[in-house]
Amino acid sequence: MWGYEKRLQYPVRIKNPDIRAAKIIISQYGGPDGELGASLRYLSQRFAMPDDRVAGLLTDIGTEELAHLEIIGAMLYQLTSGLSVEEIKKEGFDTYFVDHTLGVYPQAAAGVPYTAAFMQSKGDPIADLVEDMAAEQKARVTYDNILNLVDDPDIIDPIRYLREREIVHFQRFGEALGMVRDGLNSKNYYAYNPAFKGK
Amino acid sequence: MRGNNCGGDALMKKITEISFALDDLRLFLDTHPDCAAALSDFSARMDQRADLIAEYTEKYGPVDSYYPGTDNGWQWNGAPMPWKKEANA
Repeated sequence: MWGYEKRLQYPVRIKNPDIRAAKIIISQYGGPDGELGASLRYLSQRFAMPDDRVAGLLTDIGTEELAHLEIIGAMLYQLTSGLSVEEIKKEGFDTYFVDHTLGVYPQAAAGVPYTAAFMQSKGDPIADLVEDMAAEQKARVTYDNILNLVDDPDIIDPIRYLREREIVHFQRFGEALGMVRDGLNSKNYYAYNPAFKGK
Repeated sequence: MRGNNCGGDALMKKITEISFALDDLRLFLDTHPDCAAALSDFSARMDQRADLIAEYTEKYGPVDSYYPGTDNGWQWNGAPMPWKKEANA
């Protein structure tokens, strides 16, 4: 069950619409390393996580990622507010506009719609946590790349915040991996999936 | 209402800051459940946050979906939505 708080986790106040920025930032809404995939990944993986402390961490980070999805959505909304047809055509936003007008749709910057194929839920605590650490690094790189492409301080500020959260999540997942490893049966030399009793 | 209020923006800023501290501490405590200093930090801020949310709800409008304030009718959808610029002063 989730509650809703009517506020952003970090404020977004962009004075000037910027189609070019919106076209790249949308990748963190529905792209391969975006916030939607992050949230679904963690919130799905937790069911098969035998260590309740780690399942709880997946719940809490998965929940925070939903708040980050909302921050990116707010950025896209503000970056595209009040655009004219002329501006949309001039900046090459017409290929998005024709399908979505100015609605926020989960897709990668290159137009690939969000797909669950971007993520994995493997049912093995070690495999899943290693994927999660990689996912946080990939999201951090995407934010690095966005920071290389934008100049407006109103855009840079929330992007820097989101980038920093990827680093904190990476750290926490690393600690969780240590907790899972410490809990392995000492006879499970090769770290076979501790969540499934095979033959 | 948020956005065209007197003091509401400053109060929301406080709520954002204290909530973020709790968001970060929550994750830290998930992997360091025995850290007494983090636990005590969390506990102190938790109470402060509850007071700030109650004050904001009473003066400017709802924040928490379970605590929308019902004395003046259904206010839940009254203030600007959080993705609007005026909600992020």
